[in-house]
Amino acid sequence: MEIIVNGTSHRLSADPDMPLLWALRDILGLTGTKYGCGAAACGACTVHQGGRAVLSCQLLLGDVAGEITTIEGLGTPEAPHPVQAAWIEQQVAQCGYCQSGQIMAAAALLAGNPAPSDDEIDAAMEVNLCRCATYPRIRAAIRSAALRLGGS
Amino acid sequence: MAGGLRRAGRIARRGFLIGSAAVVGGVAFGAWRYTRPLPDPFLGLLEEDAVALTPYVVIDRGGITLIAPRADKGQGSRWVQAALIAEELDIDPATARIEPGPVSPAYYNRALLSENLPFVPTDRSWLAETARAASDIPARLLGLQLTGGSSTVPDGFQKLREAGAVARETLKEAAARREGLERADLATEDGAVILPDGRRIAYADLAQDAARIPPVTQVVLRDPAQWRILGTRRRRGDIVAKSTGTQVYGIDLRLPDMLYATTRSAPLGGEVRVLDASAAEAVPGVRQVLPIGGGVAVVADSTWAAFRGAEALRVEMLPPDRPGEQAEIWESLAATLEAGRIDSRNRDDGDVGAALDGPGAIAAEYRVPFLAHAPLEPLNATVRVTAEACEIWAGTQVPDFLVARAAALTGLPPEAVRLHNQMIGGSFGRRLEIDFILQAVEIARAVPGRPVKLTLSREEDFAQSRPRPAQIARARGLVGPGGIEALDLAIASPSVMASWFGRVWRSPPGADISIVAGAWDQPFAIPAFRVSGLRAPETVPVSSWRSVGASSNGFFLGSFMDELFAAGGIDPFEGLLQLCTHEQSRAVIEEARRLSGWTGRNPRAGRGQGVAFCLSFGVPCAQVVEIEETERGLRLVRAVAVADIGPVLDPVNAEAQLWGGMLFGLGHAMNCQLTYAAHRPEQQNFFDHDAMRLPQCPEVEVRLLENGPIRGIGEPGVPPAAAALGNAIFAATGQRLRTLPFAGQIRFA
Repeated sequence: MEIIVNGTSHRLSADPDMPLLWALRDILGLTGTKYGCGAAACGACTVHQGGRAVLSCQLLLGDVAGEITTIEGLGTPEAPHPVQAAWIEQQVAQCGYCQSGQIMAAAALLAGNPAPSDDEIDAAMEVNLCRCATYPRIRAAIRSAALRLGGS
Repeated sequence: MAGGLRRAGRIARRGFLIGSAAVVGGVAFGAWRYTRPLPDPFLGLLEEDAVALTPYVVIDRGGITLIAPRADKGQGSRWVQAALIAEELDIDPATARIEPGPVSPAYYNRALLSENLPFVPTDRSWLAETARAASDIPARLLGLQLTGGSSTVPDGFQKLREAGAVARETLKEAAARREGLERADLATEDGAVILPDGRRIAYADLAQDAARIPPVTQVVLRDPAQWRILGTRRRRGDIVAKSTGTQVYGIDLRLPDMLYATTRSAPLGGEVRVLDASAAEAVPGVRQVLPIGGGVAVVADSTWAAFRGAEALRVEMLPPDRPGEQAEIWESLAATLEAGRIDSRNRDDGDVGAALDGPGAIAAEYRVPFLAHAPLEPLNATVRVTAEACEIWAGTQVPDFLVARAAALTGLPPEAVRLHNQMIGGSFGRRLEIDFILQAVEIARAVPGRPVKLTLSREEDFAQSRPRPAQIARARGLVGPGGIEALDLAIASPSVMASWFGRVWRSPPGADISIVAGAWDQPFAIPAFRVSGLRAPETVPVSSWRSVGASSNGFFLGSFMDELFAAGGIDPFEGLLQLCTHEQSRAVIEEARRLSGWTGRNPRAGRGQGVAFCLSFGVPCAQVVEIEETERGLRLVRAVAVADIGPVLDPVNAEAQLWGGMLFGLGHAMNCQLTYAAHRPEQQNFFDHDAMRLPQCPEVEVRLLENGPIRGIGEPGVPPAAAALGNAIFAATGQRLRTLPFAGQIRFA
């Protein structure tokens, strides 16, 4: 089985029924993608498949169809993606555990809709749970990122 | 450490003295103190009158390491601890290594882990005073290293700055001796001593000299007006890592040769009987099905294989011998109230009985549910056990207990237990418990020499909740034209302190003042005011949940006072201010009124506002919640919080903790409960216990006042929130909701 993650092709001998989440974390060592619920109830495992946000705990390895991007592939500490830069500027994270998923969801939203309304932000981000309730800064960071990306 | 012993000198009466000790290749600065043997041999690990140094600063050829001994669960406390040291040391904290605790073998000493008190013996803090005055269970915790009670900042405020100042002056002294100059003629800047001719000597180059001279312990701390780091809006040290997926939490550890495990456990006190393990053992990657105390573990080659194996197990759960149905639990609480089983009555002003005997008294009953901590990082621990040592990588708030219990479990001496405290992805009190870490130790013993990472599934995390207790409170009161004349509050609850302490060590005798915290201690001069804590039997294992007793008592008292104000036709702000005797609390209440633009309970048609106040952990906090009725239900429009924590050291994080605590309180008040059936919560994942998501989040505004003594802000934002929302719902709808959560009784948008 071959999957492309962050631009690199990986040949895996794992069970095709293994959720992508565990292949990323336990096999490829990409631990920026988080396990939070295993049941599509928290969004901590959000990655991009072909540019769209998907929950990697629900996507079986054998069903992966398209290039996967994880938080590590979105940007780096040295060269953060504009959404990551906005998250840093707004100092969103408290415990930080959900923030990879929040950032991936926001990046997918803004890629498809550079100037989302408040309702569109609500709808896109509702799946992503933050137990610390950093939502006011998440909203601010999404608006700031939209400006950086040329939306309004 | 013998050289250090000679330099320890007299331990100051205040309980600590900053000193220094030589370490390999450099010097450590920290707090010296006599380690007093604790009454229990479990923790009495040092000889009597031994002296130990807890390092806060280590300088060697590798650079500068700052040690932030208190666990960081996400509130940013690691960075404020580092900033306290750096402010006096004259370094940019971003250039230093910041370690969570002393793990270097160069100066490793078991005493180092025992050193940091949540409250030093001479601490005049409100909580310490309260605890001592009441001689209750929290007072028994004074000798332990523990992260909790919003104590990190008040505990470190003096000690960590002094450590930085002693280090700075000693480095200057070392430079002065080397150059034949006077220390007074030298300055420091950005990690270097500056000589009068402008030459710079880096601290690292002075470290070995500094280790050989007596430390300069007569230091004067800088005036806060001179602060360059503290009090400024700075970037948190972990913000880039946490925004790029590069922060390593305990659950992310990958060690060579590591195995993966998960567990299924019975309700605490019960047993698991494995009926058939063959399907589990047949799962590819599963290596072993292992019975452990109260449960069963599956050891595998990946987390997913372990999870699948655990699901495939056929087991029978043998329940513990106590009530395990929600209805029985409510009955037990009601019976406790009926029986009048007084645990504490530290507030009994005036003659409540006489005042409430006549006509006009109002009575109400309130209920709050069990609540799970459910931090987003699932519970996990990585452990390697060999014949000689037990190494633990886990995030914990109670390292003392963990080391002692792991030693007992493995039969190793405590000094052979090495704890590497990890960055924690949320706790809310769950990591005051060590059940999952001890399970990992038990599993690791069965595969000696190999590290094993135990990860609990989210379902198992909910099943193994040690929740905030369900409680019932009965309130009676009397309001007259001039305000509240009498208030009698009786709170029935199991003891969190006895339950928790009983698990991590053993259950102590004495009243549990946390049952009434946030109620008995409020700064209100009600002519007749009585608060009684009634201890209910333990049904479910309960634990500290962010803000502990105040999380529910803020709701009981804040709601009932609003009921009385409404009955008396009194504006709630006027009513609160008329009763409030505490100057800092009055300022907080007045600022909340100003900031919220309060014009009354109904600012306009279809809108309602509620206010509530609670003094918890020494911090007065007032909140105003505004809601509006919409076609889809009630919508939270705006939430305002004002608190007084004294000097604000780290405004970016302190503000986030204040509104974060308020939103945490609001979300759970709206949406969350654990209900028990057959000893287990019926809620199994975030589908049915998630608090708040982004669409329900109101606009927030916060203000921190700096009138009082220094305090922590991790918890005080929580207690007023539920009452402020309930009071707003009453204002908007006329409905008085006395049971949490509100969802189910009213619809939220």
